Amino acid sequence: MLVSIIQNIINALQWGSFYALIALGYTLVYGVLTLINFAHGDVFMVGAYIAFFVSTFLLTTIGLPGWVVLALCIPLTMILTSMVGVTLERIAYRPLRKKGAHRLYVVITALMCGLILENANLALLGASRKAFPPLIEVYVYNIGGVIFTNLKIAVIITAILVFLFLQWVVTKTRVGMAMQAISYDKFAVPLMGIPLDQIIVVTFVLGSGFAGLAGLLFAMSYPILDPYMGALIGWKAFIAAVVGGIGDIRGAFLGGFLLGAVEILVVAFFPSTYRDLIAFTVLLAILTWKPTGLFGIAQTTKI
Amino acid sequence: MLRRYSVHLILAVTGGAIITMAYQEYLSLYVMSVLMFIGVNIILSTSLNLVNGYMGEFSCGHAGFMCVGAYVSSLLGVWLFAKDKVFGTAVLNPDYALYAFPFILLAGGVAAALAGLLVAIPSYKTRGDYLAIITIAANFIIISTIENIGAIGGSRGFMGMKRLINSMEDIVDLPWMPIWVFIFTVLCVWVIRRYVSSTFGKGVSAISQDEVAAEIMSVNTNKIKTITFMLSSGLAGIAGGLFAYILGYVNPGSFNIMKSTEVLVMVYLGGMGSLSGSVLSAILFTLLLEAFRFIIPVINDFAHQIHIISPDYDISQVWRWVLIPLLLIILMQFRPEGIMGNRELGDIFPRLKKFYRFK
Repeated sequence: MLVSIIQNIINALQWGSFYALIALGYTLVYGVLTLINFAHGDVFMVGAYIAFFVSTFLLTTIGLPGWVVLALCIPLTMILTSMVGVTLERIAYRPLRKKGAHRLYVVITALMCGLILENANLALLGASRKAFPPLIEVYVYNIGGVIFTNLKIAVIITAILVFLFLQWVVTKTRVGMAMQAISYDKFAVPLMGIPLDQIIVVTFVLGSGFAGLAGLLFAMSYPILDPYMGALIGWKAFIAAVVGGIGDIRGAFLGGFLLGAVEILVVAFFPSTYRDLIAFTVLLAILTWKPTGLFGIAQTTKI
Repeated sequence: MLRRYSVHLILAVTGGAIITMAYQEYLSLYVMSVLMFIGVNIILSTSLNLVNGYMGEFSCGHAGFMCVGAYVSSLLGVWLFAKDKVFGTAVLNPDYALYAFPFILLAGGVAAALAGLLVAIPSYKTRGDYLAIITIAANFIIISTIENIGAIGGSRGFMGMKRLINSMEDIVDLPWMPIWVFIFTVLCVWVIRRYVSSTFGKGVSAISQDEVAAEIMSVNTNKIKTITFMLSSGLAGIAGGLFAYILGYVNPGSFNIMKSTEVLVMVYLGGMGSLSGSVLSAILFTLLLEAFRFIIPVINDFAHQIHIISPDYDISQVWRWVLIPLLLIILMQFRPEGIMGNRELGDIFPRLKKFYRFK
């Protein structure tokens, strides 16, 4: 009994780590721009594909050993994926923002960008799934019946480290304070000499970079890639971010782990087809009980 | 005189023309189905515009309600009037199918309206993006529920609606599906127009302007929200019923978040809070989707002829879903408020007002 509880907790932490890492991109962008960046799930997918191409290139063409490839792959994937995110911001979102379009039109544009990423991938690379090459040797540990791999532990630790890093960035650094200021008052901030556009670019770099990292880790854990892998996981991560209280880093992580835990629990006790149904019902109940999410602050409206 | 009846006249002529052409089989089956899908899409986009445009909420799970309507009306129809392996023999004589059909569709609409409560009740406390999530979650919940009911086919889907249409055509030999789609499309646009221009409907725009102020001005916001959400999802349910009977087959996968995205695109392409914009954009979007079916092979041949792509790569239909979003993004850059903004046709061309009146 205890063994199965610990086993499920580890599984939930690992599965929740992916949600948490993606949810964070949503929450960062939302916190600064109040824009739901619906393309973010597909940025995650692009991150996984970038990791695939970088690692196969380094492994087969150059012939480096696995751990060197991994060490090079992490920064390269993060940089390249964040370039994708920033490109979207520059080409699609910023012009609309400058024109003063209604916020929801930017959201629709984000949805369209996601579709383009998905289908361009499908059209260019074909429908065949890609198998991610193994980069490190996976060790399976068995401590008193609890089975876990080094990869699982690495995923969980990465998610926690990313959380600590971002919490530090947002609360302690100048860039983070500028982000908070923008989310507080978007009109006064440029008057104080804070470069609005640069801060927004930094936000997109952070969000997309960690989505790329999530893509790499996901591809290593579940080494089959297909163009639609980002769609559902992206929607779910977004819901997780909102349940945690969107705009709050802690909320994104808590929501991600919560969603992971609910899904793993449902699969442990019910047929796996019930996973989405029960997970979403639980989230709906939480949102009905706390309408602004777990960490969200109830907004007061001025008249 | 002309001004008063011109809209009726135009509708009668278009409807008559389409139905006559369908009856005489001048139009191929493909063209007919495109025309019918235009009708369904008009219902979907105008009904979502009621919530997203007029009321200023952000609902992105419209396909979920469509799914409820589609399933309820097809199950009801097949149960009552057709022999089927799920329900066995028909309960009623199939000779009544024709008269019962509108009620079956309306029953689907009512069921969808009740499903709309799933969103309407949380909306008392929640607004904006949090409500958006609730709608997305509602969409997932509805689809996932139906996928898990094995008795009606689960994720494999449900069929048998063609028999009902056949028995309608046995009674009176007319192309019934185009007729029903046309009637319900006109009815739906008319209902929404009446609703938003009524005194009660002014409360809807009041909520979109400022909810707190509306509340203070003695607008019963909860009541208006409930009714508007239920009306909108009910109409989506009717659209779903029509969709199911046009195809003769439903499965939960065709009502996923992708379908909701299509409807959202139609609303924002047309302009928030513009009924004529929604109608126009539904027509344009459906035609655009179909046009790319023919444009892409042409592009492919051309690209091969001028040797800009390698001969063993073909530009396939997948590119449709790359080019259409791209086109929409470019369109958004030039007209960030949609085709019509939040104005109606009569506001853009004031002279047209002399010739028609639509209330």
